[in-house]
Amino acid sequence: MPKMPKPSNPLHKKVSDLPKPPMPPLPPSLRPNPKPKERSEVTVGEAAAAGGTSVVAWIDERTSGSGFLRGFLFRKVPKGVNWWYTLGSATMFAFIAQAFTGVFLAMYYDPNPTVAYESMRHINNEVFLGEFVHGMHKWGATVMTVLLFVHMARTFVFGAYKYPRELNWVVGVLLLMMTMMMGFTGYLLPFDQRSFWATIVGVNLNGTGPMIGPYLADFLRGGAEFGSTTLPRFYAIHMMLVPGLIAALIGIHLYLVAKLGTTAPPWVKAEIPGQDEKRV
Amino acid sequence: MTPEKETKTPKSKFTADRGWPGAFEGETVTRRHFMTGVALGAGGIASAMFALPALGFALGPIFEKTEHRSLLDVGAVEDFPADTYTPQVVTTVAGIGEVGKILLYIRKNDNPTPEQSWPFVAISNRCAHLGCPVRYIEAAKSFICPCHGGTYGFEGEVTGGPPVRPLDRFETYVENGRVFVGERFSVNSQLERVPTRDPGAHVDGFWQVLYPPRPTT
Repeated sequence: MPKMPKPSNPLHKKVSDLPKPPMPPLPPSLRPNPKPKERSEVTVGEAAAAGGTSVVAWIDERTSGSGFLRGFLFRKVPKGVNWWYTLGSATMFAFIAQAFTGVFLAMYYDPNPTVAYESMRHINNEVFLGEFVHGMHKWGATVMTVLLFVHMARTFVFGAYKYPRELNWVVGVLLLMMTMMMGFTGYLLPFDQRSFWATIVGVNLNGTGPMIGPYLADFLRGGAEFGSTTLPRFYAIHMMLVPGLIAALIGIHLYLVAKLGTTAPPWVKAEIPGQDEKRV
Repeated sequence: MTPEKETKTPKSKFTADRGWPGAFEGETVTRRHFMTGVALGAGGIASAMFALPALGFALGPIFEKTEHRSLLDVGAVEDFPADTYTPQVVTTVAGIGEVGKILLYIRKNDNPTPEQSWPFVAISNRCAHLGCPVRYIEAAKSFICPCHGGTYGFEGEVTGGPPVRPLDRFETYVENGRVFVGERFSVNSQLERVPTRDPGAHVDGFWQVLYPPRPTT
């Protein structure tokens, strides 16, 4: 007896029968090419563009990166997002600028207490654009801290820390602490009178914590007195330990942002209650 | 109605009896579980092998005994009268330039007490609030701190501002007409010697319990 075909279930449609989903808002250069031209019509520029596309395609075939990037960069955001929503990205950009200028300052800086000040004088007065790069790093630190606090205030005022985004708030507070630690350890490095005495006071402030304070101060100084190990210790914490932690925490922070989506501003209401598909 | 009482057989310790995937006769742990444990354990041991020494390396200075440096010659006995303080810069940590120097205010101890029997009074200029450099003002017979307004009297005792204890002192010795200074020590409000503490650490009453001295001093 021949097997009877199953009655068609309306829920079991073939993919080709489904309505075509709308194109994601891709920039023109990433949209699929409609139709290849005749070889004789291809200009040099187009051939070069095709070559670039094939390189991207080669990488994409081996990494499946485009799906991730499309989901990450072109994700849906709720109605009403505004300039206040760019503060997190701005803070991250400030961090990248700090990392970049910091690497180049490290090429000339010497964390030895006897020559640290002299190496900073050399950077500021003699190295080409040295004062400019040092200035970007110095003022960029303030910019990053200010942006971070404004970003935090935006999150608080818009209620964006509430369920399910509490963990992202916690990660953000850790990032705030790491940034404070960067400011504290970086302040010593120019090694002038101001940075030296500010660090003395800052370390002793740590020492005033009950029970654990004296040990914390000894850890920061690398001993009972401000000695030969203190400056290299601050330098290592400033340029290796904390930046690595910040980069890792930014990764977690961004993953959670992409995973959980962006909150709408508190004044935006769903237009049709119960039928709004936007993640608000 | 009471529910029927189920007869419970105790669970077998053998994987085969419990019907786990990957079970073998006579085994109490599946091979997958065992290998997971081995991999985690080996990874943990390997990580601890580099992490623990590195951590000890970074935290070691907390527990390190401070080296007793040799006595420092600060000048002749006649250089330090009893009625005023004479400033003297000495190098406590060699090889790190200006950072390794401290300023002492020294005078002859014309009134030795059982607690302070040193021949000279050598007061550190490190403020007992947060470590700023205090300065002796002759007209006021006081030590004044520029940072947060701490003031100390002639003996280094707190007379105003935020400091929590008097200024630290140094041991002093006299030999062949020269004055030498030894180790730093802190004093409490009665000017009695107590183990050296950092600025900001209390040494009186209940509060001293919250600020333990360094483990090795």
